[in-house]
Amino acid sequence: MNSLTGTRALARLALRLDRVRLTVWVLGLAVMPMGTAANYLSLYPTEADLRAVSAVLANPSLVALSGPLFGVSIGGLTVWKIGVTEFILVGLMSLLTVVRHTRTEEETGRLELIGATVVGRYAPLTAALLVTALANLAIAVLITLGLLATGLPAGGSLALGLATGLVGMLFAAVAAASAQLTQSARAASGLAGAVLGGTYLLRAVGDTGPIWLSWLSPTGWALHLRPYAGERWWVAGLFIGIAAVFAIVAYRLVAHRDVGAGQLPQRLGPAEASPALRSPLALAWRLHRGLLLSWTIGLALTGAVMGGAAAGIGDLQSPNQQLTDILTRMGGSNGLTDAFLAAIFGITGMVAAAYTVQATLRLRQEESSGRVEALLATPVGRLRWAASHLVFALLGTALLLAVAGVAGGLGYGVQIHDVGGQIGRLLGAALVQLPATWVLAGFGTALIGLAPRFSALAWAALIVSVLLVELGALFGLSEWIVDATPFAHVPKLPGSAFTVTPMLWLTAIALALGAVGLAGLHRRDVPVA
Amino acid sequence: MTEAIHVDALVKTFGPTRALDGLDLSVRTGEVHGFLGPNGAGKSTTIRILLGLLRADSGSARLLGGDPRHDATELHRRLAYVPGDVTLWPNLSGSEVIDLLGRLRGGLNTKRRDELLERFDLDPRKKGRAYSKGNRQKVALVAALASDVDLLILDEPTSGLDPLMEEVFRQVIREEQQRDGRTVLLSSHILAEVEALCDRITIIRDGRAVETGTLADMRHLTRTSIVVGLAGPATGLDTLPGVHDVQIHNGTVRFDVDTAALDAVLRQLTTVGILSLTSQPPTLEELFLRHYDRTQADGEHQTRVTR
Repeated sequence: MNSLTGTRALARLALRLDRVRLTVWVLGLAVMPMGTAANYLSLYPTEADLRAVSAVLANPSLVALSGPLFGVSIGGLTVWKIGVTEFILVGLMSLLTVVRHTRTEEETGRLELIGATVVGRYAPLTAALLVTALANLAIAVLITLGLLATGLPAGGSLALGLATGLVGMLFAAVAAASAQLTQSARAASGLAGAVLGGTYLLRAVGDTGPIWLSWLSPTGWALHLRPYAGERWWVAGLFIGIAAVFAIVAYRLVAHRDVGAGQLPQRLGPAEASPALRSPLALAWRLHRGLLLSWTIGLALTGAVMGGAAAGIGDLQSPNQQLTDILTRMGGSNGLTDAFLAAIFGITGMVAAAYTVQATLRLRQEESSGRVEALLATPVGRLRWAASHLVFALLGTALLLAVAGVAGGLGYGVQIHDVGGQIGRLLGAALVQLPATWVLAGFGTALIGLAPRFSALAWAALIVSVLLVELGALFGLSEWIVDATPFAHVPKLPGSAFTVTPMLWLTAIALALGAVGLAGLHRRDVPVA
Repeated sequence: MTEAIHVDALVKTFGPTRALDGLDLSVRTGEVHGFLGPNGAGKSTTIRILLGLLRADSGSARLLGGDPRHDATELHRRLAYVPGDVTLWPNLSGSEVIDLLGRLRGGLNTKRRDELLERFDLDPRKKGRAYSKGNRQKVALVAALASDVDLLILDEPTSGLDPLMEEVFRQVIREEQQRDGRTVLLSSHILAEVEALCDRITIIRDGRAVETGTLADMRHLTRTSIVVGLAGPATGLDTLPGVHDVQIHNGTVRFDVDTAALDAVLRQLTTVGILSLTSQPPTLEELFLRHYDRTQADGEHQTRVTR
């Protein structure tokens, strides 16, 4: 038996397990560039339109968000608009897929079952990488074909497809290595995800300041491959080289460790619980604090960077009317800076809602893992147990938004010498998002109470909301469809007038959904597998 | 009050599966009650209904004089539970889980906890994800046994423990028994364990109690194996009522006899003249297997989906 025996069978198993998940990822990622290009073709039909809009995009805040605009063309604009988003998402898909088929299998003990059959030492890792490579190849090919179909130049279309696939493979390799370091799958994804987030920040700072920083970041390389702007094919070599380094490290680590073990040391816990650990809430704090802390840091950094970048907007001369219209539709009516800030905080609200959903679904995780059984056999009632987790979904999100608002106010206020005024204004802009995120918490709770096996649909609700709000205006969808999402009703602060009515409605809907969910949870059997 | 647990005609279905099919169970206060059945017989389902986690479709269940669902919070102060499949929080240490569960129940005896940790040879500082199955089981056992409660509900508590630790478990349960008022419901499919610990036993199969009583009661219903050396030919032995599987080999006769027919059979044998006699009392194992076989042979039961 050589060390790769069984790779093909394991790869087939992984494809079978992921058939729905990977298909959704691949199609989603493949369609976005094509849709964006088609949309720009109708939005900017003439050369003059392109020039006008391109002049606006040179401002530092937008560069920090999406990278520099390299080509004044439909293709160039498409890369600018969708490129970074694609790269982040494809990186996420790849790292999650690799960890799922390596460390998760190992942590749950399933790998032990498989490892006792005729399976080589490197087979599981190789199978995971193969499957991820297949997904990335499909994405690259579909993106290229889709862009060709909209009539964009062949070289650039191939370059964007290639760049996306390469970013994916690089993070597959990063995850392959991180999965060897930690014992828990969650920590392995967290580690690889932190690298991904770090490369985004490096690029954001590098593109607006010292350009060499951007060259340290793979998401930066992907833009600097310059699709539709004189492609630099040699940049692809960077990806292949670095991915190879990570892959080699991963294989060396596999060769030298035991099944189930990690490289990072296992720490021992205390021999006696701290006196504070005596209530369901104290337990929930232990289970949520790591997640909440990393989200807080992430949103504080993002808020500060975006606030700082917003200061650059005011320098703009006679902006393109059409883009102002777009930003105004997304943001508000009083001034471009406010519109930009309102758009940023609108996005921040939806990003924070991802935490809301994650924290809400912890409740379900506690149930499906079976841990809740021992807990509910103590005098803790199930509503008290549910409340201990929902507190984090509701108030944790409030904390995240407040931190983003304050950080944004600091970043912006320092630049325009009005820290006191801006903190208050942007704190408000962030906190108005709260009721909309609560609706998702309510929806998640309702699912857990009434249809626990389908509680992951809370993620679908978030994704659909984001797509409708972000793309609805751009694609000219009817108002009432967009209005079905909670985020469509959030006052666009700063800039627009604050209206309390939608906030009350959203809060009421969130409470009603939550109450329905808790009633269902109170009535139904626990645990439902 | 003399009954800690009283279950009457309990029915619970999961979709097409009938997990409990009119189950009766009665556990007296102060006894160690064995709840015995093969995998999927409905033991864990019964226990989850008693804990108020599941809702029964019909029938009634009373626990420590209260309603398991409605009075769950108050009742849970007075009981401790070890689940059949112990899962721990991956980032909490064993001692944190033990202390947390104990405190939630209203306090635990730290001296007893330390003693139990010592006896079960458990390192409480390890994180949940680092424990093996047996060690996770020990964490749950220590958490339950260190609490000062009236009722212990143990769902296959020794699965995953090595024989040494099983022995420790038996000792500890015997000590529990001696403390006044403690009731134990011990679900198991390990017969030796039940035989060693339990005052009374309920055997459950396909969601129904097929036998309940003391071990002595049940033995009464079973057969004793006899090997006897006779002075003369064993004429007419196989025609006696209650005698089964007679084998004759060089004057040595082996047969099984229903406990009720033992007296008559021995009288018959003494008339022939007994040279040697070995008798083997029925083990719970045989008892169990006989119930199992009987229902297996029953066509109606064979088609039923069991869980």
